[in-house]
This record gives sequence, C-alpha cells and structure tokens, in this order.
Amino acid sequence: MPLELLIEAVIAGVLLGCFYAAVSVGLSVVFGLLDVPQIAHPAFLVLGAYGAYLLGTWGVDPLLAGALLTPLFFLGGLGVYRFYHAVFEQRSDAGLRSLAFFFGIAFVVEVALILAFGVDQRMVEAPYIGESLALGELRLPIRMLVAFGVALLLTVTLALYLSRTFTGRAIKAVAQDQTALALMGADPVRIKQWAFGIATGTCALAGALLIIVQPVEPGLGRLYIGRTFCVAVLAGLGSMPGTLAAGVILGVAESVVLTSLGASWAPAVAFGLLLVVLAIRPAGLFGR
Amino acid sequence: MRGWLKFGIGAAALLGIALAATQAVDNEYFFFAGYVVLQFIVLATAWNILGGYAGYVNFGSAAFFGIGAYVAVALFKAFEAPLAAQLAAAMAVTGLMGFAVGALTMRLRGVFFSIATVAIAVICETLVVNWAFVGGARGTAVLQPPAPALFGSYTRMLFVAMALFAVLAVTVARYIETSWIGRGLRALRDSEEAAESLGVPTLNLKLFAATASGALMGLAGAPLALYMNYIEPTSAFSLNYAVSALAMPIVGGTGSWLGPVIGALLLGSTQQIVTVTVSSELNVLVVGLLLVAFVVMAPQGIVGLLRRLAWPRGAK
Repeated sequence: MPLELLIEAVIAGVLLGCFYAAVSVGLSVVFGLLDVPQIAHPAFLVLGAYGAYLLGTWGVDPLLAGALLTPLFFLGGLGVYRFYHAVFEQRSDAGLRSLAFFFGIAFVVEVALILAFGVDQRMVEAPYIGESLALGELRLPIRMLVAFGVALLLTVTLALYLSRTFTGRAIKAVAQDQTALALMGADPVRIKQWAFGIATGTCALAGALLIIVQPVEPGLGRLYIGRTFCVAVLAGLGSMPGTLAAGVILGVAESVVLTSLGASWAPAVAFGLLLVVLAIRPAGLFGR
Repeated sequence: MRGWLKFGIGAAALLGIALAATQAVDNEYFFFAGYVVLQFIVLATAWNILGGYAGYVNFGSAAFFGIGAYVAVALFKAFEAPLAAQLAAAMAVTGLMGFAVGALTMRLRGVFFSIATVAIAVICETLVVNWAFVGGARGTAVLQPPAPALFGSYTRMLFVAMALFAVLAVTVARYIETSWIGRGLRALRDSEEAAESLGVPTLNLKLFAATASGALMGLAGAPLALYMNYIEPTSAFSLNYAVSALAMPIVGGTGSWLGPVIGALLLGSTQQIVTVTVSSELNVLVVGLLLVAFVVMAPQGIVGLLRRLAWPRGAK
C-alpha cells in the first residue's frame, strides 16, 4: 500500500477510534466496573441513534437531540438496573439467565425498531454532514471531526468524573470491593444503579454520534457488539484511558483493513481482534 | 432401561408418522412448515447440550448452522455430492468447530465465552460473504435433484430426513443427560473447580459436549440450501437462528431433553402461524418477548411449570 494511503488510513482510523471509544465508554463502566453482562448496550446505542433521527425529522440538530435524550436514557438505565438487580443479582444461578435476559432485550429492541422504522437505512441532516476539510492532499470529512471532538469530550469527562468526584470514586470502589463499601456506610446497590444510569445515558449522545458517522439500520447493533466489547475488553475492564487507547487501536486496524482489503472484511476486524485479546490477554491493556 | 424402551417406541412411532404423512398428506405447505419446526428441534436440542447441561451460553448457533449449510452447498457445487456425503461433511466441519469452541472454554467462561461465540458467528459470515465460489454476498441458487420414487417431492424427503435428525439429536441428548457424562456436565456447571477436584474430567466433558452440540447444529443447517433452492449468507447466518436456538430450550426448560423439544414445537409452530397470518417481524418479536418473560418469571421453563403442577410443594 502506498505510504500516503496508509497515512490517510491511520488518520481516519484515529478519528474513528475516538468515536469507538465514545460508544464503548458506557460499556466499560457497566461491564468493566459493575460486572453486568450488558449485551444490550449496542442495541441501546442504536435506539439512541433512532432517537436522534426522530428528533431530526422535526429539525433538531442530532448533537442537540443526543443531549436532550441523555436524561431520558439515564432514567431508563436506572429502571433497567433496578429490574435486573431485583430479578437476577440476588440469586446464585444468575449468570446464564442474566446473559439470556440481556440478549433477549437486545433482540426485542432490534425487532421493535424494524417494526417501527423498517429495515431501510436512516440518516440525519446537519450542516457538518457531507462537507469535508481539505488539508493539502488529505481530505477529512467534517462529520468525522465533529464526532471525534464530541467523543473525546464525552470520554474525558467521564474519566474525570470517575477519578475526581466523590460519586465517581464510589463507583470505582464498588467495583473493587462491594462489602467494604457497604461497611463504610454507602449503599452499593444505589451506587451501581447510578453508574448504570450514567452508562445508559451515554448511549443517547453516542447514538447521536453514530447516526452522524454512518447511516443506521436496526441490525447495526449486532456489529457494534463486536466493536464495543472489543474496546471494553482490550481496554482492561473499566479503565477509561484504556478505553480511549483501545478505541484508537480498533479504529486504526479497521481503517487500514478497509483501505487494503475492502469494506466486506471490515466487520471481522473487531471480532477477530476481540478473539485474539480474549485468547492472549483477557485482562486487556490496562487490566487490573 | 425401561425408560429407553419407551423412548425408542415413541421415536419409532414418530418416524413412522412422518413417513406415513408423506404418503397421506397432499398439502405441500405442511412439509414446508414441518421441516422448519423439526429443524428447530435439532437446533434447540443441540444448543441445550452445551448451554443447558454444561452452562456455557452459546450466542453463535447461527455460525454452526450457516457453516453446515455452506459446507453442503460447496460440496454440491463442486462434485454434485450426494446428500449423505454433504451431511457427513457438514457434521465433520461443524463438529471440529465445536471442538475448537470447547477448547475456548479452557480460558473463557460466562459472558466472555458467550461474546466469543458472537465473534465466531460474525467472522464465519464474513468469510462466506467473501467466498466467491458459493456466491458471496449475493448467494447462489441450488436446484433440488429429482426426488427418489418413494417420496412425492424432494421437500418431502428432506422433511423425513429432518425428522430422523430430530430423533437422533434427542437420543444423543437423552443419552448424555442420563449417563455419567450428564452428571459430570451438571457438576461442572455448578462449580468447575469443585467438579475438577472431585475427579470429574471437566475439559474432556466440555470438549465432548461442544463437539456434539456443534455437529448437530451443522446437521440442522446442512439441508437448508436444498430445502430453499437458494442460499445467501444473511439468511443462513440470521440472528433469528441464534436467538431461537437459545430461546426454545429456555422457554421449554433447560434441565431435560424434553424442554428443548417442547420449546421448539411451541415456538416453532407459533412462528409458522404468525408468519403466515401476521408478519415475520412480529413472530421474531414474540420469540424475543417470550425469552425475556421466561428468563424472568419461569427460569425452569415449561417443564418446570408442569412439574410444579404435578408435584406441588417439591414432592420431587
């Protein structure tokens, strides 16, 4: 592959990678820190994208729509966790059943979206979609730059929240030792519920980014199971800097494969990388 | 042994009915729909060997199903191989895949194992999409050979074949369940360390269960192209198979061989009815909702509910 093409692919990959970090950051929290097998995370992401699409038909900017939907998703997340906790977390045989539960939820969301919107691809309109910025030979689509900026902002904000604020540290503490936290007088269930809410909230904004980056269709969630879990596992469960690094690694790998082998191989990249990571180092890059 | 005798008589009777139906029933749609329901019995029973007995949740059933179908198509296109050879090859390949998945369980448990199976499904689909010989993403047409004289049509013959596979799958599952293999698998499902320390050969058992499960799923998929006269990757690797393979045992009850059969009969025939009368999207929605409802409210499935009715207050 010529060098210019490679450089272009790497730059596009970095932009894409930050976007991947943003869609995975919520999963890093629920799966990495809280140990909840949230396979429906990508489905919620696609739901967020359709939310942005729906508001977009009334002329609302997708990013604004994402921000507006975030509180709604946050509340939804609280509800889902409360339900999950009541039904599964207090039992011993929870593993198999909670997996099947979230898998079923993901499937129901996908089919409900098909029933509501059909299987056609949907996209949104915004001034920054379709234009691109020319830097000499290099052409960068502005939508990717926007997604890159917002994604970086979202990931860094969440990382700061987890490391600097009281509640954020409590979330990290619940991941380390739930009993110790309970002995300090904090309620682990409420903290986990809060964290689950935040993670679900990120799906609204990240979903808006998703529909900015590419047209969405209901089945897209399945592809993003690979991408989000690849990033979350590669990151080392729960590590925010790791999430960013892992996102960029995946983004660059996918972008290079895309330019060298063609688009039809791209879906296998994330899943292949995921399998390699699981086989070689399940603890991830920044693992505990 | 008396249980096996009864089971054998029941299985023979079912096969006899299937064979008689090909002579007695005129409506071709009966065989078309019946094939699908029987195929789901094979798929659900196969899933339950690894998922129900050993507790390893496989989200990638579609990979085995689809690869089984495509191995058969490749052999058919390359050498016009007879059906039996296609089936044997499909089982061999998916059995090997199952063995590899079993080896994965050495390092991966719980959700990590399940996600790895999703990964395998997507990678298999991507490989097939990029495999031009079998038509790539566009798919390929496969014409049914003329039917043997005994059967009225090729679809009828496939219907009987699938009934045979269903009996085979359930027999294998029942054997595993009632033998020391099943006891070992149940022991490792509850605690792998405890089982290992008591001398249960956990790895060998998991490899065996995963291989049997994979080979049976491949067998379920192998005749797909000949049944449809056509095959393309999106439908052969459809998420619908992965969800059904898991939903049917869970709805029926994962504890015994009867559970997947009940689940497949119930969900499979509901699907056929809803698809015809309402829409095919609605039927998959029903499967998803039933899965969630049973996981939440009746984890022992229909078999568990019936048992509670028959022996109230835990008499058994």
